[in-house]
Amino acid sequence: MIELVNLHKSFGDKEVLKGISTQFADGKTNLIIGQSGSGKTVLMKNIVGLFTPEQGQILYDGRDFVRMTQKERVMLRREMGMIFQAAALFDSMSVLENVMFPLDMFSDMNREDRIKRAKFCLERVNLKGAEEKFPGEISGGMQKRVAIARAIALNPKYLFCDEPNSGLDPKTSLVIDDLIHGITQEYNMTTIINTHDMNSVMGIGEHIIYIYEGELEWTGTKHDVMSSTNERLTSFIFASDMLRKVRDANK
Amino acid sequence: MFLIKSITKFGKYLCLMQRVMSLPERWRMFFKQYIKEMSTLGVDSIGIVLLISFFIGAVICIQIKLNIASSWMPTMVTGYTTREIMLLEFSSSIMCLILAGKVGSNIASEIGTMRVTQQIDALEIMGINSASFIILPKIAGLVTMIPMLVIFSIVFGLVGAYTTACAGVISVEDLTVGIQYDFNQWYVFASIIKSIVFAFIISSVSSFHGYFVEGGSFDVGKASTNAVVSSSMLILFADIFLTQLLA
Repeated sequence: MIELVNLHKSFGDKEVLKGISTQFADGKTNLIIGQSGSGKTVLMKNIVGLFTPEQGQILYDGRDFVRMTQKERVMLRREMGMIFQAAALFDSMSVLENVMFPLDMFSDMNREDRIKRAKFCLERVNLKGAEEKFPGEISGGMQKRVAIARAIALNPKYLFCDEPNSGLDPKTSLVIDDLIHGITQEYNMTTIINTHDMNSVMGIGEHIIYIYEGELEWTGTKHDVMSSTNERLTSFIFASDMLRKVRDANK
Repeated sequence: MFLIKSITKFGKYLCLMQRVMSLPERWRMFFKQYIKEMSTLGVDSIGIVLLISFFIGAVICIQIKLNIASSWMPTMVTGYTTREIMLLEFSSSIMCLILAGKVGSNIASEIGTMRVTQQIDALEIMGINSASFIILPKIAGLVTMIPMLVIFSIVFGLVGAYTTACAGVISVEDLTVGIQYDFNQWYVFASIIKSIVFAFIISSVSSFHGYFVEGGSFDVGKASTNAVVSSSMLILFADIFLTQLLA
């Protein structure tokens, strides 16, 4: 389980995270939602260690990430997989090499087994046959799927996704959401997704936290969202005309 | 203010180099990258080095003949001077200045693009020392290849001079005598030592500029330009000290 305790982060005079405390459940798809500029990405970057908070604790199964030694951090990071907003695939490597990369770096498998494992991960994300292509030659949706395959190559315990649906059409977004959700359940991972895509919220949001101007405003599940009376949350969720109509029709 | 900024930058550079100079996590991956960098930074630069060295060698020979050679000078002075210029300055310092433009901008823009497209973050998340993984093979690759480029440059500079001799600017015999006159082997080694220092400057300074890019493609371009300017200036400063030190 990942637990945040009183997390603070500032850039100069601007306080971006103002004492966030929450828990992310094991084996579930946890969503961080909020408007652009609310601090979602900063929060995620703190959780994965790309930023260091000024105050607070980030507990991975009770171990404080902020106070770990470099060696302990490296060991913990090998249990993490991350899917970036822009996929962050290595341009100079083919799709297969990208997925093989974590295996090349950290596994003791022989080359044949590494290839086999990479191909298995690519098949899992329905990308059989794209092994020899380069990231520049495939679509945005396929890049995201390669990123998912790379992230799960080492069977991580924690999966982080920073706006995995940004720049994708609604249909492809659903495919990516289903993939992430399916993989989370299959491997019993703790998955945290940063998003402001309402389809994701309503589709895979098993545990949702809503961030408003750097503060934790609301926590619940996708079922709680519709009935929430939190004004800030409802004005964010139902900013979409279509969702408002769905809510009114349900009433 | 400028001084504080410069000292801060230098400190940041030293911290980066400390991270870079750590043992690779996987030697197999390091050698793979190392071979690739030798090819990208070294082998791919052979063409431009040969071309420029050939023409500069030819032009130096013509200029010396036109401006220095006279009836008061021995006939071999043109060959002798051409050799000394190529050996002592052009093939190490000037060639490295040219390479700072080609290789330096290549390194800074490649690493800068990796930074803005979050590829470096992806490495960090995997628990990889991104500085060492990306930069160390580049430094090692260029430092390994530079002595070869220096030798090629010296040889092709002299080939250029011979071409002018064959075209009738001076006699081939005079040029040959001049090139062989009072030859000091140490100059070749001094030239190689200088170039190795310059190669380290080009690769490390350019990597530094690329690694700390913040923003988008505009900033990558700016980092690339800064990398070339900083490397060139440092090469010029280092040249003064090294020339004195190795004389």
